[in-house]
Amino acid sequence: MATELVSGNEACARGAIAAGCNFFGGYPISPSSEVAETLAKILPGHKGIFVQMEDEMASLGSVLGASLGGAKAMTATSGPGFTLMQEHLGYATLAEIPCVVVDVMRVGPSTGVPTAPSQGDVMQARWGSHGDREVAVLAPASVREIYDMTVNAFNIAERLRTPVVVMFDEVLAHMREGVELSAPSHDELWRRPRPLEDPGPSFRAYLPNEDGVAAMPNFGDGYHFHVTGLMHNEKGFPTTHPETIRGLMARLKRKMDPLPFWLPAEHYRLEDAELAVVAYGITSRVAREAVDRLRDRGVLAGLYRPRLLWPVGAADLADTLGRFQSVVVPEMNQGQWVEVVERYLPSAVRVVSRSKLGGEPMTTEEILEGCREFVKKGVRAL
Amino acid sequence: MNPGKQLLRQDMMPHILCPGCGHGIVLNTLVRVLAKRFTSMDQVALVAGIGCSSRIVGYIDANTLHTTHGRALSFATGLKLSRPELTVIVITGDGDGLGIGGNHLIHAARRNLDLTCILFNNETYGMTGGQLAPTTVLRAFTTTTPYGNKEKSFDAAELVKAAGATFVGRGQAYRPDLLEELIDRAIAHRGFSFLDVMTDCTEYFGRKNALGGGSDLLFSQARGEEAIAQGLGEWPELRDPDGFPIRETVPMGVLHEVNRPTLEEMMGLAGYDAREE
Ligand code: SF4
Repeated sequence: MATELVSGNEACARGAIAAGCNFFGGYPISPSSEVAETLAKILPGHKGIFVQMEDEMASLGSVLGASLGGAKAMTATSGPGFTLMQEHLGYATLAEIPCVVVDVMRVGPSTGVPTAPSQGDVMQARWGSHGDREVAVLAPASVREIYDMTVNAFNIAERLRTPVVVMFDEVLAHMREGVELSAPSHDELWRRPRPLEDPGPSFRAYLPNEDGVAAMPNFGDGYHFHVTGLMHNEKGFPTTHPETIRGLMARLKRKMDPLPFWLPAEHYRLEDAELAVVAYGITSRVAREAVDRLRDRGVLAGLYRPRLLWPVGAADLADTLGRFQSVVVPEMNQGQWVEVVERYLPSAVRVVSRSKLGGEPMTTEEILEGCREFVKKGVRAL
Repeated sequence: MNPGKQLLRQDMMPHILCPGCGHGIVLNTLVRVLAKRFTSMDQVALVAGIGCSSRIVGYIDANTLHTTHGRALSFATGLKLSRPELTVIVITGDGDGLGIGGNHLIHAARRNLDLTCILFNNETYGMTGGQLAPTTVLRAFTTTTPYGNKEKSFDAAELVKAAGATFVGRGQAYRPDLLEELIDRAIAHRGFSFLDVMTDCTEYFGRKNALGGGSDLLFSQARGEEAIAQGLGEWPELRDPDGFPIRETVPMGVLHEVNRPTLEEMMGLAGYDAREE
């Protein structure tokens, strides 16, 4: 297989095709537009449909409609568009409609800096839609990983019937890396669950399978059923019955439990480490280099890199980092995922946020500087 | 027996509509058409937004989708493109389709996908308690225009026609016989078909404007000719000598019908099915 020079956005589009994506509905926005442009070009040749919608609400709406028709559907956007999509992300969670949403992060709030990188959407991805909801958010750190995680995202979306967000930033979107992109085999692609009952008046579309996932048919499969953003019973019909609502909410949360096992965090040189750095996405690349440079100077540093930002792999996080005195969390925001680290680590661990704003990526030197106060005196100058 | 009755989901009854609400008449008319046109509802999808009118899709035993406020047409667009063989009917209200969803409506008309959109126009936001809608006539009282409405209203049919719809019609809950024909023709039309259907909100619009009960409102739909002759005022201020409300006349029936390639034809989607083989 040949090595090619591919950008993150192109890798995302090609990962979607490899995953069997056959519907894209989108709206132009920097720095994600190349995902749409690439798919506009290649989807028709892969029995897929591309449609440019009138705004981001409509983009995700069209994706959800296509998915209910049986398509593997996706959209891509950036911060302001991601904000507009929150309504339909909440809808997709409650109505259990598989979909993939790519968010290429740029500087916010508001229009911010349209083509400069940031990691500012981490909390928006978690809490942007009203109400309680679990959401799968994947954070690739390289062009190759964008490709792979786009495939993962479709697999998770289909198997768990839930929206999956793939988040990276402007630098990863536009930079090119030499990669070999090998498509997954047919068996590596996961399918949505099949209905558990036969069609008929007593059919329950929201009857969960053993994974806790509603085993729904597609529209036009010969089943008659109702899909709504209202709280609903197993038939999909609206309800205000408190026990039914509690049961539904618990199931929607529980079905996400396997995710941290499917996408475990990367542990890099953590085994004997005395200082841990926690970083994801683009920032993890310089964090890795900082760890190596600290090691070169005799400082036992290691990197903990979550590949799944939500739901949090809390058990692994606590097991791995609970023994440290200090954990440094560099992020290109005012400190978002650091709150997760704080929440799941014992209070004896000192968790320190190192924030960078302004639309420039974090540098290795800045992470080294951020670690300086935790390095014992006598270590060669950092 | 009403031929549409077997299409209603008995376990969703009783429905949520208020006594005298015009929406029930439109629902009844719609299921009559569906029962006549389709031997099975397997390939029929009904997609709705949010509001009293949008709730009616839940009562029909088909593929039914109750989406978000104003955005039913975007879901319908994705569904129809992925499964062009399905008959997709969108149910919306005036607040849903012309207020929060106005942008989706004009773009759906422009795309000319083979969808049918039925807009239940009761000139108010019923479900939220009778507030000002983009269709509320001048001077009408709503819960957010306690001193009377000062904004001009939309003509939904003209708007959608200008946006590129290839079939536009207007009907009334007052004349279900004509409405039945209109819905049937709209579904038969190849391309984006749009119906502006006058229904009435007895509970809020009727009460706030002292227009009487459900039947008074229905009859007011019929008295428009006289209003034109008198050339006076704005409904609901306008009343006949007996004090009954007179509605301004707007054209009814098929208002616009042309042929233009549909989006699925332009995309070459004949026989397409997005489901996994
Ligand atoms: S609130 Fe108005 S529109 Fe809604 S069901 Fe009642 S009468 Fe009909």
